[in-house]
Amino acid sequence: MTTSSPSKVHVTTTINGQQHELLVPPYMSLLDTLRELIGLTGTKEGCLDGNCGACTVNLDGRVVDSCLVLGAEVNGKNVNTVEGMATPAGLHPLQQAFLEEAALQCGICTPGFLVAAKGLLDNEPSPSEGRIRHWLAGNLCRCTGYDKIVRAVQKASK
Amino acid sequence: MVATYEPKTDYKVIGTNPIRHDGLDKVTGRAIYGGDVKAPGLIWGDVLRSPHAHARIKSIDTSAAEAMDGVFAVLTHADFPAAEEREISAGEDTVNLKRDQANVMADDKVHYKGHVVAAVAAVDRNTAQQAANAIKVKYEVLKPVSSVDAAMSKDAPIILESLVGDHLGERVPNTNVARIFRHEFGDVDAAFAASDLVIERTVTMSMIHQGYIEPHNATAIWAQDGNLTVWSSTQGSFGVRSQTAGMLGIPESRVKVNYVEIGGGFGGKTKVYFAPIAALLSKKSGGRPVKLVMDRTSVFEATGPAPGGKVRMKIGVTNGKLTAADTDLMLESGGYPGSAVGAAAICVFACYNLPSSRITGYDILVNKPKSAAYRAPGSPQASFAVETVIDEICDELGVDKIQFRLDNAAHEGTRRGDGVKFSRVGLEECLIAAKESDHWKSPLGKAPAGKARGRGIASAYWMNGGGKSTCDLMLQDDGTVMLNEGSADIGGTRTSIAMQAAEVLGIPVEDFHPSIPDTDSIGFTGVTGGSRTTYTTGLAAYNAAHKLVDELKERLADLWETEVDKIQFADGVFTANGDSIGIQELAGKLDPTGGPATATASVNLAQAGNAYGVQICDLEVDLATGKTDVIRYTAVQDVGKAVHPQYAEGQIQGGVVQGLGWALNEEYFITEDGAMANKSFLDYRMPTSLDMPMIDTIMVEVPNPLHPYGVRGVGEVPICPPLSAATQAIKQATGRSYYELPVKPGRILEAANGI
Repeated sequence: MTTSSPSKVHVTTTINGQQHELLVPPYMSLLDTLRELIGLTGTKEGCLDGNCGACTVNLDGRVVDSCLVLGAEVNGKNVNTVEGMATPAGLHPLQQAFLEEAALQCGICTPGFLVAAKGLLDNEPSPSEGRIRHWLAGNLCRCTGYDKIVRAVQKASK
Repeated sequence: MVATYEPKTDYKVIGTNPIRHDGLDKVTGRAIYGGDVKAPGLIWGDVLRSPHAHARIKSIDTSAAEAMDGVFAVLTHADFPAAEEREISAGEDTVNLKRDQANVMADDKVHYKGHVVAAVAAVDRNTAQQAANAIKVKYEVLKPVSSVDAAMSKDAPIILESLVGDHLGERVPNTNVARIFRHEFGDVDAAFAASDLVIERTVTMSMIHQGYIEPHNATAIWAQDGNLTVWSSTQGSFGVRSQTAGMLGIPESRVKVNYVEIGGGFGGKTKVYFAPIAALLSKKSGGRPVKLVMDRTSVFEATGPAPGGKVRMKIGVTNGKLTAADTDLMLESGGYPGSAVGAAAICVFACYNLPSSRITGYDILVNKPKSAAYRAPGSPQASFAVETVIDEICDELGVDKIQFRLDNAAHEGTRRGDGVKFSRVGLEECLIAAKESDHWKSPLGKAPAGKARGRGIASAYWMNGGGKSTCDLMLQDDGTVMLNEGSADIGGTRTSIAMQAAEVLGIPVEDFHPSIPDTDSIGFTGVTGGSRTTYTTGLAAYNAAHKLVDELKERLADLWETEVDKIQFADGVFTANGDSIGIQELAGKLDPTGGPATATASVNLAQAGNAYGVQICDLEVDLATGKTDVIRYTAVQDVGKAVHPQYAEGQIQGGVVQGLGWALNEEYFITEDGAMANKSFLDYRMPTSLDMPMIDTIMVEVPNPLHPYGVRGVGEVPICPPLSAATQAIKQATGRSYYELPVKPGRILEAANGI
């Protein structure tokens, strides 16, 4: 339909445990692939240059900024987003802790913080405050001053 | 007539910390923000922006963009109707329709780099971007004006040629100074002449940005019947309605603004940028839904910074008492008139009981983005200036910095610099709480080798806002309550508003279902700004709840076959003649009396009660690198009554960290050609989790006599004290004074090296 769009890339990927087969424009970021092609808008756009962390997702166990990954790169990989954190059994402990500790105000950075913090706790269940602050330094929050976010992650730690 | 209240003391709901109603949607990714809006047949818009800070537009050639496949519409300022030269309120700002329309899309001149010049709508975002870049614009490049001094110099290029300035009542053409105004009382000059000590300093500061994480966005459908539907991230849907309608020359009744969640605003999302563009693109595309999302560079280059500028500050003192104060507040409005200097003038001396004062405000155009409100707009800049001089007076006199402030504190009956007399305010209580705090009593501790420590203290003021709000309640037959209110929820206000109705009705707040409807479906409600929402919309909810109780008494009088005035209501239970029934049980019995009971209330509050904060900052300076680390921070604030203490505290902590960013790091670094050099989150360095310690708070509760629960707005004043508190801590650590913000590592090193 558009002369400006080159041919698309065939991608098979697993997102939040569900397999998807997609045709992705070669220039399209993983962020836009999730938001525009799949409809998973829980992953947020904040800067599109990898500096705010609002678009954080988990890619094969690594926490990444999905605006810096191409959709075409996730062929054969596992992507996990904020939408995949809760289970039929209930919210993830981090989600519950964010609610109880009032760790969100506007909430736009919250999905990114949750996915990033989960990436930490999956590997280090009992991080120190300093470790949490270091790990989350790639995620900007302008509302909370971080105090309650750090406390929520501490609460969800073992 | 202003209603006043005796403070209530026994609460069931107020002062508790329920989980917010919208929390689940926001931790699961389900909440719909402006950028998440979908509509059948949605196409994308994008804009072309000026590469020059100051230039005349000679011609715009859109033919290449129009010829591209997938392009539906191309737009320039010529497509806008002529807007009236009329001012409308936009919450914390005033919008001049003609000038703000030119700010949304440039007319014959561009006033700053990043100024929108043209727009396109196309089949997808990528195509829209390519088409926008295909538009050719010829400019006559003009010399940019980048500071208040340059703007006021004799040979300054004139930015807005149609501007006639108001200089203390005199009409002045060919100027970059839109307004000079003055508040004065007492004989200031005589008081200075008789003072024991007079200190005068000039401080300067850069523009800084609100830094909300969600960029601006808008989606619009302008259908063939002339009705315009808009979704846009905003602090106030009614403001988007009035600004969009005004700029497009259509009645407000033709515009419906749907509520979407907002990813931070801090004052910067009270103006519209994309809504009128999306609307016109939709119209030109045959009524297709058009969406625009701003890139981060453009958010920095072209939206709402807080003004930078210069403040001259002179204060006199005799026998430990302030005698006089005189200030020139010179703030940058950006490319069009309208900085926060008016509010700065109200706030500047509001912490002090002064026998004489003179406040002169200057609203000054520069070739930088049009400034917008940012959290207590104008007060942080003013606070930095006044607290810098007060700190030097305390050093000179060798007195305790809290005691000096207590000896000179504003209190009930004190006149603010603009003449308003204070009702009950809590500054003295905050100062006493700070003085008695563990932080103030604790020694600074020894710094590690190569570092030095300092402690700073500062106080500040914000007047808070009232205005108009609406709340509707409907008691459903299962005993739950539908609550509609019009305030954008940026930090848990659905819940802090519902809690106030819950307190009246004796119904658990968890049984409320708060909604924020579109502008066709709720009464007028002003922006979430001015720290007004929990206070004002909360009072609407309180009033609606009382009306609902009255309605239920009427219904119950029918059921019980008694008279309305025999029925009592307390703690959620109706009683009369020995009968009693709980409100939620009654809800299930209302069908024969007319179905679910409803009530609605609108308020228009002229006053809001005032907010004060006092903050203590301990900070460590690396003497080799100039790097600063805040090591302990305490924020004391009079919150009136904390409705939801966790979220009230969150407002204070968030404000403090924004203020620390302002003090230590954040700035618009402007190059010689008038461009912002640091236009990304990488280079515009906002505080990260790694930069900050926990922020301790002490919430003082001096009830606001204007609210039945004593509520005061809490959101804005906490951003003000950090500017001076951090700077004075660096002064103590390094033994040098700093009069320019931010006090960044380079500046500390330059001072150390005598540069």
